[in-house]
Amino acid sequence: MRSSESFATTEIIDTKSPQQQMAQRILSSWDPFWAEEKKFDLKSGKYLKVWQGPQHPGVTGNMALELTLEGDVVVDCKTHVGYLHRGFEKLMERRKYMQCFPIVCRICVPEPDYNEYLFATAVEELAHIEIPEKAAWLRALVLEMIRIAFLTMGLGGQAGAFGLVPIGQWSVAHRDFVLDLFEELTGGRVYHMYILPGGVRQDMPEGFAGRVEAVLKKLEKLISDIERVMFNNSVFKSRAKGLGVIPKEWIEPFGISGSNARAVGFNNDVRKINPYLIYDALDFDVILGSASDAYERVLLRKEEILLSINLIRQILAKMPKTGPVRRKLPNPLNWRIPAGETYVRAESGRGEMGYYVVSDGSEYPRRVNVRGASYTHAMALLQHLAVGVSVADVAGLMVSIQTCPPEIER
Amino acid sequence: MKELLKRLDAGFLISRQDVRRNNLAFVTLAKNVAVQAVSYLRDYEGYRHLVIISAVDYIEQNIFQLTYLLHNYETHTDIGLRVELDRDNPTMDSIHHLWAAAQVYQRELHEMFGIDFPGSPRLHEPMILEGWDNMPPMRKDFDTEKYSRETYFPREGRHTLVTKEVIEKEVNPIETEVKYEIKRIVRDNRNHRH
Repeated sequence: MRSSESFATTEIIDTKSPQQQMAQRILSSWDPFWAEEKKFDLKSGKYLKVWQGPQHPGVTGNMALELTLEGDVVVDCKTHVGYLHRGFEKLMERRKYMQCFPIVCRICVPEPDYNEYLFATAVEELAHIEIPEKAAWLRALVLEMIRIAFLTMGLGGQAGAFGLVPIGQWSVAHRDFVLDLFEELTGGRVYHMYILPGGVRQDMPEGFAGRVEAVLKKLEKLISDIERVMFNNSVFKSRAKGLGVIPKEWIEPFGISGSNARAVGFNNDVRKINPYLIYDALDFDVILGSASDAYERVLLRKEEILLSINLIRQILAKMPKTGPVRRKLPNPLNWRIPAGETYVRAESGRGEMGYYVVSDGSEYPRRVNVRGASYTHAMALLQHLAVGVSVADVAGLMVSIQTCPPEIER
Repeated sequence: MKELLKRLDAGFLISRQDVRRNNLAFVTLAKNVAVQAVSYLRDYEGYRHLVIISAVDYIEQNIFQLTYLLHNYETHTDIGLRVELDRDNPTMDSIHHLWAAAQVYQRELHEMFGIDFPGSPRLHEPMILEGWDNMPPMRKDFDTEKYSRETYFPREGRHTLVTKEVIEKEVNPIETEVKYEIKRIVRDNRNHRH
């Protein structure tokens, strides 16, 4: 509980039972417009059905949109997934906890460390393991680094969707610099398997902080270039401004999280409101937007890259220099986790990501359910957001709400 | 959190509760009051964010446990409502009218566990598993190994890895040999004595 006052306000002492209260007060004003089914007569010649995908349209992954068009304008959109389903949640039920780590990182390709961190934290919470202080700082460092890599690549994908192809090449090249750092720190470029229950695998190598700083300088230069070429580009401005505006009333019914919600001005940054690891020791402000269109969302993500750069510098300055990075665990091949269930969350580049882990006291997890941030964005939200948009802008809209099919299907 | 649980108990009768952290608790409710409890939490307690709807298969007790996880943006607390469904006839009231996100979760649960939510939009359309004709795959009695053996062609180099055998054969071959040799000697000595 962070603020006791705000909790106290909800504590209205009422002598009536909840059912009596419910009968008296008016229920919520949300109108379930999302449940309506629209029918279009394709034989009339007025409408045309077009499939976008499931080929990989940029950096969004394999996902298909079934678009019904009237002229150039989308009148109906249905999302189809299932082209990447690898059954990870089922596979994990047959593996011991330690054997799950090579699997969880593959759930989201551009941001694998959030999966590792969340699964490790859930296991630690069920097994009552405390991690050393330095491990928490290293985890936060790794999470912010992968966040930068993901957001930078996302910026490039966004530019590519609107025809600004060179920016995509710049950003993928700069993501590679971050991946070089990961290779040095963890041994792996894309999938790291660095975060384990009880801490992290190893400490930073000698002189690592200096090399991180050099990459951060390169990234800052990249951002200032992108600012000039992309955000002041009149084509990008005229296409992205006013595209895919998310109304503020949609945030709660659609479960929108992350930068999509912050572009409306809704502060839901988990790092700030529900701080995990060492985020309460860092000094930062949540970046909020107001216009809520595609342009605002991209602008906000650019600012968030700068915020992450700032956070990494703070982490490197404040991190304890010495200390253990890992607690000794019991034999992982015979490790029984006490029965129980938990839910843990973190702020990934796309929004709230969470793991619901159920243990039945055996060596195998009973159930692992991943809440990917783009699950509701791509499935429920995009179907309503795409209506009324020109077919040429659908790809840009899709990238601007940061869809990630691997975490939709798991 | 304690007061909230007390109010929930007064209104809906909690049969079991687990407080995991000071901002996360799980409660078990009866099936017929669960949707009422969810809408009560949404409209009167400020739990406006539906985080996830999940199911757990307890095949030994012949039940599916359905979990509705709700989040409150003001107090930053989470509450999980658990409902137990009969595994032979898993049906639950839909909450697609309360959250737009719910219909996606319910579609997935219908596909992966075979839980029916009457009235939920597009429930019977395939979502992830197009052209699937087997039992819902997330059920515990679905055998992935058997399925892949029957469905796919055998491939060179495909074998089951049992952790103990791999460690004995590939990681510590000499130690394993010594271990079994000592066991054999002990056994032989014992046989001699008799």
